[in-house]
Amino acid sequence: MRWRSAILFAALAAIGGAKADPDNYVIARRGRALAIAGDCVACHTAPGGAPLAGGLALATPFGVIMTPNITPDDASGIGRWTKVEFARAMHEGRGRNGAYLYPAFPYPYFTKVTREDTDAIFDYLKTLAPVTNAVNRRTLPFPFSVRALMIGWNSLFFKPGPFVPDPQHSPEFNRGAYLVEWLGHCGACHTPLNAFGANKADQFLQGNRIDEWTAPDITNDQQSGLGKWSVDEVVQYLKNGQTRTTTASGPMRDVVEHSTSKMPEADLRAIAVYLKERGAAGVPVPAAVPASDPRMQVGEAIFVDTCSACHTRNGAGIEHLFPRLADNAIVRQSDPTTLVRIVLTGVRGAGTDVFPTSPAMPSFGYRLDDDQVAAVVTYIRNSWGNTASPVDAELVKTLRSHVAGPVERSAAQ
Amino acid sequence: MVRRLPRKDVVIVGLGWTGSILAYELSRTGLEVVAIERGPWRDTATDFNIGTAPDELRYAVRHDIFLRPKQETLTMRNNPSQTALPIRKWGSFLPGNGVGGAGVHWNGQTWRFLPDDFRIRSHMLERYGEGIFPENHHIQDWPVSYDELEPYYDKFEYLAGISGKAGNVKGRIQPGGNPFEGVRERDYPTPPMQQGYAQNLFTKAASGLGLHPFPRPSANISVAYTNPYGCSMAPCTYCGFCERFGCANYSKASPQTCVLPVLVRQPTFEARTECEVTKVNLSGDGKTATGVSYVDAAGEEWEQPADVVLVCAYALFNVRLLLLSGIGKPYDPASNEGVVGRNYAYQTGSGSTAFFEDAKFNSFAAAGSLGVAADDYNSDNFDHGPHGFVGGASITSAHTNGRPIQFHPTPQGTPNWGSQWKKAVRDTYQRVTSVSAQGSVMSYRNNYLDLDPTYKDPLGRPLMRMTFDYQDNERKMANWMADRCDEIAKAMGAKTTQVNRLVGPWSVVPYQSTHNTGGAVMGSDPKTSVLNRYLQSWDVSNVFVMGASAFPQNAGYNPTGTVGALTYWSLDAIKKYLKSPGPLVQL
Repeated sequence: MRWRSAILFAALAAIGGAKADPDNYVIARRGRALAIAGDCVACHTAPGGAPLAGGLALATPFGVIMTPNITPDDASGIGRWTKVEFARAMHEGRGRNGAYLYPAFPYPYFTKVTREDTDAIFDYLKTLAPVTNAVNRRTLPFPFSVRALMIGWNSLFFKPGPFVPDPQHSPEFNRGAYLVEWLGHCGACHTPLNAFGANKADQFLQGNRIDEWTAPDITNDQQSGLGKWSVDEVVQYLKNGQTRTTTASGPMRDVVEHSTSKMPEADLRAIAVYLKERGAAGVPVPAAVPASDPRMQVGEAIFVDTCSACHTRNGAGIEHLFPRLADNAIVRQSDPTTLVRIVLTGVRGAGTDVFPTSPAMPSFGYRLDDDQVAAVVTYIRNSWGNTASPVDAELVKTLRSHVAGPVERSAAQ
Repeated sequence: MVRRLPRKDVVIVGLGWTGSILAYELSRTGLEVVAIERGPWRDTATDFNIGTAPDELRYAVRHDIFLRPKQETLTMRNNPSQTALPIRKWGSFLPGNGVGGAGVHWNGQTWRFLPDDFRIRSHMLERYGEGIFPENHHIQDWPVSYDELEPYYDKFEYLAGISGKAGNVKGRIQPGGNPFEGVRERDYPTPPMQQGYAQNLFTKAASGLGLHPFPRPSANISVAYTNPYGCSMAPCTYCGFCERFGCANYSKASPQTCVLPVLVRQPTFEARTECEVTKVNLSGDGKTATGVSYVDAAGEEWEQPADVVLVCAYALFNVRLLLLSGIGKPYDPASNEGVVGRNYAYQTGSGSTAFFEDAKFNSFAAAGSLGVAADDYNSDNFDHGPHGFVGGASITSAHTNGRPIQFHPTPQGTPNWGSQWKKAVRDTYQRVTSVSAQGSVMSYRNNYLDLDPTYKDPLGRPLMRMTFDYQDNERKMANWMADRCDEIAKAMGAKTTQVNRLVGPWSVVPYQSTHNTGGAVMGSDPKTSVLNRYLQSWDVSNVFVMGASAFPQNAGYNPTGTVGALTYWSLDAIKKYLKSPGPLVQL
């Protein structure tokens, strides 16, 4: 009995103060959760490369930027960095030697991540196995290669400072705001950019085109946002990658698979509450394209032949596999890029622990010409409760020249 | 040079239905599992594009997803007095190739065998006496009963989302179901498929003749379904591209739709595709398997050590791997001794083609297991006394497809080409249907598998030799069934019918059935079986062999339901074995 008490005592001691946690386990684990919420892995991992070892080519309007290695490798990673240097990078956008970083690294968002949280992320990164992967960090062309240009950019567009909760709102809303606006940097994709690559703050989360995808409006708008989603549906989408109406695909598939599906449900709920309470973009509903329009008639014929076997004749789709097109805000985005792209190239939906199937739509670009794609997408955008602008064949043509290839073969392998 | 890889807990040979189920169930417990598959990776998203999957020439005629004879073939003869010759183009049966195996291209009929089928020898003996059995037969009871397998049939049906109508739930006969089936605990997971005009005619006609028609249990499913693993399926669109095709609509149960999505998420699972296992390696005393050897796509040889070897290839290739590895004593018909290769069996096909004067069957609106059946003449559901044969058949009205290249029946006497043929095709296409009997085949002393003395594969290993022919018992049975089919066809209102009988020796050329069974059968006696009742090798207790190779003889049903049930049944035993290794049946 005494012997057992001794073991119990030792165990309690181990749970206690910092000295008894030499591996910094508790903080590192919190840092890991924060790194997941921030989805660091999405940008800091090359296709097929080691996680967080960098080397992904980010295409910006100013040129390609290669993401750095953030494993704790001394020579090529952050092995020699200190907590203070890391916090300065996150909060001020400066490299270890003080050089200016480009805002492709979303420090304008991370600036409001608390110091406690940046420290925890740093502690977590230091627990990773170091991976040697020297990344070429000088890929931008002149004059953008001059990092000091960022001094001017920062003075115009960067507002450093800590996160201040809004006392008018609940702690849950404020937690959601912290995650969406800052750590999760959702605006980096979902907010339109100005000519300098900075966020248009007055259009926050109202949707944006990025890498030939539409990052949709995620305000509480009825026409093109989350207006018709419940808080539960937003949580379900982030956790499972799908709701009754839609399946995450494209870049959001990665976000769901690597980040949100692994986040605690309380955080997802906070995000949902925040997004639902924040307000709506107030997108005007455009005039419907009439059924008599030739594009609608051609589009309907194509839909019946090509799409209806899966999405069903009335656009209701099939639960868990084929997204509903009827009365769907994703379909009604003012920018139809994602819809056109999916028809041209096909796409694979998210696979999660709850819904592992990861269903795919095949490419139809090989047998529908630009006018036909424009017609069928116009038809979908103006049927079964949807009203949205028609699609121009020129947009299809341009997009076709930018996106290539069917659903990636490698996905399942 | 053979290179040895780090040890795994479990190595699985072949990643089809049985391999994928076992891989998932074992890797989810934390075991390190590697599956070695001879063909390529295949997945719905990447390989079965709805725009290209319904390509009859590519898949049905040119066998795109089937095993290539160059990879492996068999030699074949009808009896031991002949010299076997290699099959150079697959015909009578079509083995699959690649991840998913034949579970990719199957039609999807998912039956349970009847309680009598599992104790056929005892049952027939009790009811009819020894005289009922044909000459030189090897008919033997299964070492498991229907009741023992019932929960495992249920598991597989719920895995695959099978659409059907129960006929006997907890002993209560259900109207509209099969009244002859064994007692089941609950109904099918999804309701039966919508039937076509021919099936409605059959149902009326067969009922009028006193039979008990019911919808076939189908893996082309009727409504959206998410299985207990979380994998989702969509309702079948009746496109008629099932058999010989991968399903692009997530509507046909397959390893791709039902298991792989969860299997590939298991961190302790690994698949090595385009790697062919050449042999199960044995310890010096031959009593323990140490792993497998395989050759990768580049021709490099590897050795994969493992604690347990699960042989999950197609039935025929399971038998060959055992023969090549020296597991179990090879069967010799001359002495009637040995077990590996013994009791190879197949199936019969007979029936009646029915030509109507005025009908519109729309046979292109079809699915692999769409159809209705009557089991009144299956197994021992009828008195065999007056007929002098053992076995039976499931009698069906089905439309699996109306595809343009291979579906254009014409009345007998029509020329094979030219304007008259074209006219006959045009006149007949919408007005023809059939009533068919898929019948059992018993096991016999001279129907068996062994290694060919002459022909070898590209790796220098002997090909397997198949010695098989239908025996009088099967001809009698199949031809009696053909007459029953014809009666129904006429009662359906056919203007003319053509009776299709089983005549002449079995030929390897026209397609008949990919229901090859036996050769590594399960049993209670090591002198007449390769495996014990848990599908564990009698001789090498860390080797388990899945699949229809375990059937002691074949029943009048498609085999996959029973293969799936046996897999889950064996899984429980494998888990027991892992806790306490050794033979699970002591003699």
